Amino acid sequence: MTTAATQQSAGSGLKRLVERYPFLPALAILVVLLALNGIYQPRSVSLVGITGLVKTYLALMLLAVAQTYVVFAGDIDLSAGAIVSLVNVVIIVLMEQWGGGPFMVLAAMGVGILAGFACGIINGFVVAGLRLQAIVATFATSIFFTGLALYVLPVAGMPAPAAFWRTYGGRFFEVPFVFYAVAVLATVLYLLACTRLVTRLLAVGDDAQAAFQSGLPVTAIRIRGYVLCGLFAALAAFCITGDTASGDPLVGGKMTLFSVAAVVLGGTALSGGFGTVVGSLIGALIIGLINSLVYFMGVPSQWQNLVQGVAILLALMAGVMIGRRARR
Amino acid sequence: MTGGPALAFIRQPLVVALVLILALLLLGEILSPGFASGRQILRLLIVAALLGIVAAGQNLVILGGREGIDLSVGGVVSLSALIAGNLMSGSDAGIPLAILACVATGALFGILNGLGITLLRIPPLVMTLGMLGVLQGLLVVVRQGIPSGRAAPSLSQFVTQPFLFGLPGIIWLWIAVGLLMAFLLQRTVFGHRIYAIGSNERAAFMAGVPIRTVRVSLFALSGVFAAIAGICLLGYSGSSFANVGEQYMLPSIIAVVFGGTPLAGGKGGYTGTMAGAVLLVVLQSILTTINIDESGRQMVFGATLLVLMLFYGRGRAMRA
Repeated sequence: MTTAATQQSAGSGLKRLVERYPFLPALAILVVLLALNGIYQPRSVSLVGITGLVKTYLALMLLAVAQTYVVFAGDIDLSAGAIVSLVNVVIIVLMEQWGGGPFMVLAAMGVGILAGFACGIINGFVVAGLRLQAIVATFATSIFFTGLALYVLPVAGMPAPAAFWRTYGGRFFEVPFVFYAVAVLATVLYLLACTRLVTRLLAVGDDAQAAFQSGLPVTAIRIRGYVLCGLFAALAAFCITGDTASGDPLVGGKMTLFSVAAVVLGGTALSGGFGTVVGSLIGALIIGLINSLVYFMGVPSQWQNLVQGVAILLALMAGVMIGRRARR
Repeated sequence: MTGGPALAFIRQPLVVALVLILALLLLGEILSPGFASGRQILRLLIVAALLGIVAAGQNLVILGGREGIDLSVGGVVSLSALIAGNLMSGSDAGIPLAILACVATGALFGILNGLGITLLRIPPLVMTLGMLGVLQGLLVVVRQGIPSGRAAPSLSQFVTQPFLFGLPGIIWLWIAVGLLMAFLLQRTVFGHRIYAIGSNERAAFMAGVPIRTVRVSLFALSGVFAAIAGICLLGYSGSSFANVGEQYMLPSIIAVVFGGTPLAGGKGGYTGTMAGAVLLVVLQSILTTINIDESGRQMVFGATLLVLMLFYGRGRAMRA
């Protein structure tokens, strides 16, 4: 409160910068966390260390991106993790049935994308079409999707074909595969950012009534947000399948709330209308780095979860407060 | 709404929930004779009471508006069951201390939530989500090294055995909570303030309602109700195991919504929420009775929830 006046004069340049790039505070936290990781375990910031981090958290990064598009429009998707589980078991079972050949793997992934798309359509229909409340409606669809996943593969454990996880964990021309994946992801996100859809999602999230009155098809736009979410959740499922190399009908359940946390950490407002996808990517990495830092610092194993929980809570609070100050 | 007073009566959330409960009980009795027997209904009510007590706190938080929601209730239920189990470790002597410790813990985390939400203006969803992570971490710490505790015999008896007029103590407790909530919401200044800040916070502020104090109290009460439910859950299951409370997080919100309190807050009440809790439990119970796989059960449950939601608070259509 007392610093508000001084911030107005001294920090207005910085404030404008944060307003333009809302993910900057998250980036600062990320850099600090990277430095701390490097201090406690120098190898963690080497190429091998970073590769491992990205390999493990690429799925969460993608799911955070998925969640972001929904949050842009002021909605939320509590079924995102269940979609990951469903796509995971669908591609695992199909790859098993069709043999592990390269084309069959690609075909299975195609079906996985379709499954994610279908889940997105269902979510969009119940939330935007039927106008049910997003939190409870997507919780209901998450139960439904989990049921489907259990139908496809009742118990965890079916392995992925070697071609699949070897590719995900492998290297091409001395560069780890996951970095190609990140490059492709960056390109896709850039292209998406150039479309009108993202702007329209933000417009709906900022003020749905105003968006409607200026002629935007609000319902269709919100449905498209959920479809994007389903598609990116499918991509997240590919990554988690590559990382764990097996099928598990409950693998994504725990990821849903982390994806929401990553979005908030990245400076995106849950009320909609304001935020960036880059921030969510950084938010997911922050969660990953907090987890690894707690491990490297030598926190006794039974205290690790608590320290992680407190650190994430503090980061969430800091993110919200900095973001609000920038927007005022 | 078109139609006469009869239709308006039928569309009341409480009436909808009660009709659905009766219909489901009938369906259950047809599918599996004995489903709607007295003993079975009593068992369902015990399970519903556990959910209903958690939902009481959730209800208060949601009524208070400003996107009020408490995702940390599941963590508090688990932690409370664990603390109570360790303090009792199977003997009645530990009951008073256990109740005191659990209620204090619940209130503490509720107050922390409330302070973050009011003083630092963190959105409730974010604050309570972060607090859930802290609670889950705390569970690991508390569980470490100490053998997971057991319920005191009197507590188990209170929850599962007939206590008065053939009803177990927990049902009487739930009835008491219901009466208390009705009194609180309709007859006290505090209750009127909850509706005031829930429907128009700015107007309430102008009228001199201490908004922050009220909101912090709501979250504190939510923590206390979750803690009480945790103690009862320990009595129901006999011993506490990992993350027992998780199953209450989102269902407590659904029970509130099925009870006719919209997530936007400001209107609704607890009587409907009690019916909503019973409705959820009866529905789940029917699905366990009929002979289908877990996968089919979940699919039917999810789809039924969606259909039921169509009866309640659909958003308004966009109009120019």
